[in-house]
Amino acid sequence: MSALVSSVQPANLARREGAPLVSLNRIAFVLALAAIYVVVPLIGNDYWLNSLVIPTVVMGLAGVGLNLLTGYAGLVSLGSAAFMSIGAFSAYNLLLRAPFLPLPLALIVAGFVAAAAGVIFGLPSLRIKGFYLSASTLGAQFFFEWLFTNFHWFSNNSMSLTISAPRLEFSGYNLTSPAGRYLLVVVTTGLLVWLARNIVNSRIGRDWMAIRDMDTAAAVAGIPIASRKLLAYGVSSFFCGIAGALWAFAYLGTADAHAFDLDKSFQILFIVIIGGSASLFGNFLGAAFIVLTPIVLDLIVLWWNLTDYVDQGSLTNLLRIIFGLIIILLLIKEPDGLSSLIGRLARRLAAWPLRI
Amino acid sequence: MKLSKTLALFSALLLGATSLATLPSLAAEHDGEQLYPLFSYRTGPYAPSGIPQWGGIRDYFNYINEVKGGVDGVKIFVQECETAYTVERAFECYERFKNGYAGAPVAALFTTSSGFDAAVSEKARADKLPVVSVAGGREDAVDGNVFPYQFPLLFDYWTESSIVIDYIAKQVGGYDKLKGLKIATVYHDSGYGRDTIEPLAILSKKYGFEDIQIPVPHPGEQQQAQWQQIKEAGADWVFFRAWGVMTPVGIKTAARVGFPADHIIGDIWSGSEEDVKPAGAAATNYLAVSVYSPGVDFKISQELKKDIIDPGKSDLKDTSKFGSVYYNAGLVTAIIYVETLRTGHKKFGNRPLTPAEGEWALEHLDITAQRIEEIGATGLLSPLKVTAADHEGSPAAKIQQWDGKAWHPLTDWLNGDRALFHDAIFAKAAAYAKEKNLPPRDATN
Repeated sequence: MSALVSSVQPANLARREGAPLVSLNRIAFVLALAAIYVVVPLIGNDYWLNSLVIPTVVMGLAGVGLNLLTGYAGLVSLGSAAFMSIGAFSAYNLLLRAPFLPLPLALIVAGFVAAAAGVIFGLPSLRIKGFYLSASTLGAQFFFEWLFTNFHWFSNNSMSLTISAPRLEFSGYNLTSPAGRYLLVVVTTGLLVWLARNIVNSRIGRDWMAIRDMDTAAAVAGIPIASRKLLAYGVSSFFCGIAGALWAFAYLGTADAHAFDLDKSFQILFIVIIGGSASLFGNFLGAAFIVLTPIVLDLIVLWWNLTDYVDQGSLTNLLRIIFGLIIILLLIKEPDGLSSLIGRLARRLAAWPLRI
Repeated sequence: MKLSKTLALFSALLLGATSLATLPSLAAEHDGEQLYPLFSYRTGPYAPSGIPQWGGIRDYFNYINEVKGGVDGVKIFVQECETAYTVERAFECYERFKNGYAGAPVAALFTTSSGFDAAVSEKARADKLPVVSVAGGREDAVDGNVFPYQFPLLFDYWTESSIVIDYIAKQVGGYDKLKGLKIATVYHDSGYGRDTIEPLAILSKKYGFEDIQIPVPHPGEQQQAQWQQIKEAGADWVFFRAWGVMTPVGIKTAARVGFPADHIIGDIWSGSEEDVKPAGAAATNYLAVSVYSPGVDFKISQELKKDIIDPGKSDLKDTSKFGSVYYNAGLVTAIIYVETLRTGHKKFGNRPLTPAEGEWALEHLDITAQRIEEIGATGLLSPLKVTAADHEGSPAAKIQQWDGKAWHPLTDWLNGDRALFHDAIFAKAAAYAKEKNLPPRDATN
């Protein structure tokens, strides 16, 4: 944890904000960490952890994966869910066939398997761009869904072609309780976000952004375009792979290839767009929006007993329309996504009562 | 700067939301009622198959509550939760209602999609909540010793395979005539679709017909190649295991390549009005296995018509769906649920049941022919007897034929040859118990 705190505090904060704000920031940061790692598991009940918080965080992590590729390196992918499924199926098979592997190691290896697949499906990016490239990643999407439904070995010849979490334990602790799964998800995500942040701030991240902004110029400046692009696919898939394993085991408990269909890829893409491209925390905002809004709308209906007034059929369709309207409004009002909206609010709050 | 503030804001939001959740959202106002969480899909690709089912379920409960004064005086409190046929939304619904709602406990959860069925298995075991999948769910869950909380009631696809072969044998003049016959199975390429591969292999080995398996990728909007293949292979009969849009497309394609509709036997999920009407004239004489008989002539249907449909109290917007296959499927589900509650009430008293009591009631469910007659559901529902060791009951189905306007049953209830598969299915359950390291169940109650 201390590694997290110290390393996520970039030195440039002090330069931009002046001395007093830094300490305020640090306090806020420590409080936030305490809230996430201690308070939430203590007070969150099963329902909140299982069906709201865990999916939000895992989808946010998948969003981080895609955002590294799309937001930072400027490459498109419509196959994020495929890489999630690779992560999930690899982790399952690793834990099943190599029971001596501890859970974290299995997750990491699963991430690397997904990364390898990402590099292979990223190869066309060396030659083609834009829309055409999205077709190649779309290929990955369909290929892996087909692979995992047609070769039963991947699901250990299970009758329903589903995989289920073999065991969730780490150094003797059983992580199957909601709080345990929450901690597994949050700790993994925390470490990966820290990693992502360091990658983005490192030379690799700067290279990616240079390629995104203009690849010819980047090539002229001596950036190895080909290897950086492939690296972007690899890193992105690594993140998606781990997110997929968490989605299958820490959230759903069981999954089949169809849990990672094209819809899921689009969902991740929307998380990136709504959360804000080239932002890390925006992904979690986007995920919260995508995952929670339909549920919140549904709960409003439940709490206000609206079904007494409007029949269920019209209501459910109405909710979908409202959800769509919210997305449209949001993107018109804030094309840069929720992260920039929240960032602006935070800046205003910092300057209050003055206006900036 | 942006990072930590966003993080702080995010966690503040999270905290706020969590504290909100710990407040009681509603005062208990449904005490003394039994919660039925209905995991519906009124939106999404499968809404057309869903909506009439929810109509059947809600109309019957409405009838029980309003006309009969509840089940032994206990009112059923339906809470619908939209899943759009996704597993994630269904999970959210599951977590929302697994401990009951507004003072009404949940006795058993009736699931509505095979994806969720497969996924909820582990959770239901941990939460000790009985999960009922009427005419669906995993086969090996019939072994109540390994799957104490799962009830794949009423029907399964293995029995269905043997019913189909039984029907074909009768048409060709006996089981001995099956030898050398070519029977193709065209299946939806999913866990559901693959389920019949194994039983047909067993049947083919026993009776000597040639077993041809042809997958159709989801969703099945293109089947030219598959039906061409059937034609070229010279198949005599086709067992058509489709779902959703795959059914009408398959029937039309069969007509185009010239395969006779009266030699195609659809799966129970390929035998509704919604499945054949889009295929138009091509569907005339098409056959299907039917667990849910369509029609409005059952005594209970007439009562519903009088008390619910005609006064305009039905959940159906389009009352022409009244009596359709899916509507009656909902009706059968609702009847089984109500009979489960009645079984529980006899032992535990006339009050809402807990999940543990719901499990007991399901394991002692015995809907006899006489009881079915009393309900007014003769012909709609076949007798059903569940035990602790056998969580399915007595699977039975009819073969029905579409005449271009309506479905007509060609046979009475057929039981198939379930015993033939007993060992294979229970071996699967045992393998599962071994993989998961499950202790044997204490079957004392």
